[in-house]
Amino acid sequence: MGFPKLADAFAENSLRVLAAALDREHAIELAGDLLVSSGRVTPEYTVAMVDVLESHGPYFVIAPGIALAHAKPSEFVISSGLSLVTLVEPIAFGNEANDPVQLVFGLCAVDHDSHIEILAELSNLLSDNEAVNILLNAGDTEQIRSLF
Amino acid sequence: MKIIAVCGMGIGTSVLLKMNAEKVLSQLGIDATVEATDMKTARESRDAQVILTTPDLAQLLTGLPSEVITIEHFFDLEELTKKLSASLL
Repeated sequence: MGFPKLADAFAENSLRVLAAALDREHAIELAGDLLVSSGRVTPEYTVAMVDVLESHGPYFVIAPGIALAHAKPSEFVISSGLSLVTLVEPIAFGNEANDPVQLVFGLCAVDHDSHIEILAELSNLLSDNEAVNILLNAGDTEQIRSLF
Repeated sequence: MKIIAVCGMGIGTSVLLKMNAEKVLSQLGIDATVEATDMKTARESRDAQVILTTPDLAQLLTGLPSEVITIEHFFDLEELTKKLSASLL
């Protein structure tokens, strides 16, 4: 549809629906695992994503039910991209305004600038309540991909 | 006027905040530049009139000359509009 950058940013094997997460760390790891399985990062990046939660708190829960987990650009990033895991049971991240979280995006970037257009499209997608409902209720990854 | 949008890493959350703040500022007719930065840069900054960030990170940004505005829902342009206009208009 209208999001060519997102279509590219979500590589093959970067989407997973209705996963079960034990806690917020596990939920972040699931999003990180998808960045690994889609070839964007090495497994160390996932560890760094969880470290951000420990060092900075759950600030990256950016809207009701939506987390954008990420770490810094580093040697663990192969190419900039996104992943998304939807959770079968929402998880509390400790973000008062926006808990509980059901959509966990993983973001990785090679530098501070090259992924800006990807985020612009992501912002437009997530500003659309109808699209967010489709993400929340998706029964398979094709339903998610049809939004891009 | 300079505004900085701050997140932990300076690549994700702050960039989204910057983009939506720019939309709102232009609707309000406020002439301002918005820069996305990480916490470290923000703590060293002295020339920003306003710091936009999340409630979690705001606790770590005290003692600066800038006014700190916290945003909870990044895609809610009404929240951004209300808080930015209350501060800047």
